[in-house]
Amino acid sequence: MSARRGWAWLWMFFGFLYFFVPLAATFMFSLHGKKGVLSFAAYQRVFADPQFLRTFSFSFEMALCTIVVGLALIIPTVIWIHLRAPWAKPIVETFSLLPFVIPPIVLVFGLIRMYSAPPFQLVSSPALLVAGYVVLSFPYIYRAVDAGLRAMDLRGLTEAAQSLGASWGTIMFKIVLPNMRVSLLSAAFLTFSIVIGELTLAVMLAWPAFGPYMALVGRDLAYEPTALAILSFLLTWGLIGLIQFASRSLASSSSAVGGAH
Amino acid sequence: MAFLELDGVVKRFGRLAVVDGFSLAVEEGEFVSFLGGSGCGKTTTLRMVAGFETPTEGSIRISGTEIVPVAPNKRGVGMVFQNYALFPNMTVRRNIEFGLKVARWNPAESRQRVEEMLALIHMEDLAERYPHQMSGGQQQRAALARALAVRPRVLLLDEPLSALDAKIRGQLRTEIRAIQQKLGITTIYVTHDQEEALSLSDRIVVMRTGRIEQVGTPFEIYNHPANAFVASFIGQLNVLDATVLDPGLGRLAVAGQEVRAAGPVAAELGQAVKLSLRPEMLSLETGDSAANRLEGTLANVVFLGSIVRMVIAIGGRELFLDQFNAPHLALPAVGSAVRIGFPREACLVTLAEALDPEASLSKAI
Repeated sequence: MSARRGWAWLWMFFGFLYFFVPLAATFMFSLHGKKGVLSFAAYQRVFADPQFLRTFSFSFEMALCTIVVGLALIIPTVIWIHLRAPWAKPIVETFSLLPFVIPPIVLVFGLIRMYSAPPFQLVSSPALLVAGYVVLSFPYIYRAVDAGLRAMDLRGLTEAAQSLGASWGTIMFKIVLPNMRVSLLSAAFLTFSIVIGELTLAVMLAWPAFGPYMALVGRDLAYEPTALAILSFLLTWGLIGLIQFASRSLASSSSAVGGAH
Repeated sequence: MAFLELDGVVKRFGRLAVVDGFSLAVEEGEFVSFLGGSGCGKTTTLRMVAGFETPTEGSIRISGTEIVPVAPNKRGVGMVFQNYALFPNMTVRRNIEFGLKVARWNPAESRQRVEEMLALIHMEDLAERYPHQMSGGQQQRAALARALAVRPRVLLLDEPLSALDAKIRGQLRTEIRAIQQKLGITTIYVTHDQEEALSLSDRIVVMRTGRIEQVGTPFEIYNHPANAFVASFIGQLNVLDATVLDPGLGRLAVAGQEVRAAGPVAAELGQAVKLSLRPEMLSLETGDSAANRLEGTLANVVFLGSIVRMVIAIGGRELFLDQFNAPHLALPAVGSAVRIGFPREACLVTLAEALDPEASLSKAI
């Protein structure tokens, strides 16, 4: 038993090295922004660059729009599938995988071809970018929403609410959404991290987004890109930590979802 | 005019008629159970009353008003579900309050109503609990209070006790009936448990394959089943093969022994029929006092608490004989020859294709 445990620790140790040595090396390298001393100079320069803030806030806005549009489209659809059209489930699931199969470059050329001439001249509108992002984040939002609905007795709860006189609006906002807070949060954070780092759509549609900015910095500078890499790593882990925290603190009310069975 | 009327209700899924020609009139304040095996259409019928399914044909009326076109949230029909369906994000209090808020009760009245409901189900102390912090029985009581709070015109219960253990089931059953009688609310109760139906209902609707087999009081259904299906579905039933000796006098031959029913049998001379006997109608005989007697062998004795069930082998079949338990009960040894006796009235004679729905039961009463 103890020999087994010893092996487990050994493999854990290797795993740890595999993940953290490159990260530590990148971090150490990012601290060499000033010659001869360890400092956060590279980070200071990143934050001092007006482009950083501009592109980040642009992508941040786009991410928020994507989350709102994505959830508004996908939540009612998935609820409808769960309640009224279970036969459509495999079809929608297949569709939800398409963004993994079709590269973003194909998607963006399709969008440009379709929407650069009348009647739909949308290439210069950020709406097209958001639409593209919604497509890219579709698999993640769909899966999170689907898991959230599966975890609750959707049919039972909606019928119970209906028999108490509730309208669909009340059912959605008082019953369904509050019971899938955790999955909605995870859908939102996943979408956020996808949009913040997205490169292809932003470059091809010529938007000053954070993804292209990182690529540009990476091409032209030495220490700043590593600082950015560490920053985006922290951002991602911070978001995952938030999801974890939220699921735990909300667990008291959400773990009971479907607990009636 | 009855309070709740179902008139020729049919529900088809594709070509399959799940409910077929269902007509029933329920009086105000009445407690009616739909009883049947799984797939008999009882839940579908209930869901049509609730508005979660739309009948393919027929009409459903409450106080004379057609409700089929009315949306489920406008029907004033409360429902309690098998798996409770309490809102997990709300405490018991807020669950009960939900319907009142939707109906825009004024806050003071609403608060009072919630307190009344909590008192009704004896859960004042648990008002601030979330569903997952309660047992199944407590959750179902809360669900009942939630459904009753809004004063529905009709209360529907869809197998509300089937997810609970036996003891809680018994308690809650009594409580449901008491609350229903106290409030005088018209109630439809769906169950596959005959004991529940018999003990709760004013009337029972026995269903099979989407059709009504019999409607009657528990007493009628048990003692005067309309056909072989109802007879075998309700209660324990011993079924023996018999041959008609004299249809006019109701004389039958069972395993070479003669049995006489209380009246004529609707069958030909020499025809094979089934003789059905309730276990509690049989007794062990020592003398010759019983109208009918059959000789057999005691194969086994099963102790069921208040009842002792004897398994008696007669002509290759096994019969159950139920007797009340007593501390000084002297039972014959297993393997010994016994004689059972029963009155003529105990004989339920059916045609040999016994469980055919159309097989009429020529009850000898």
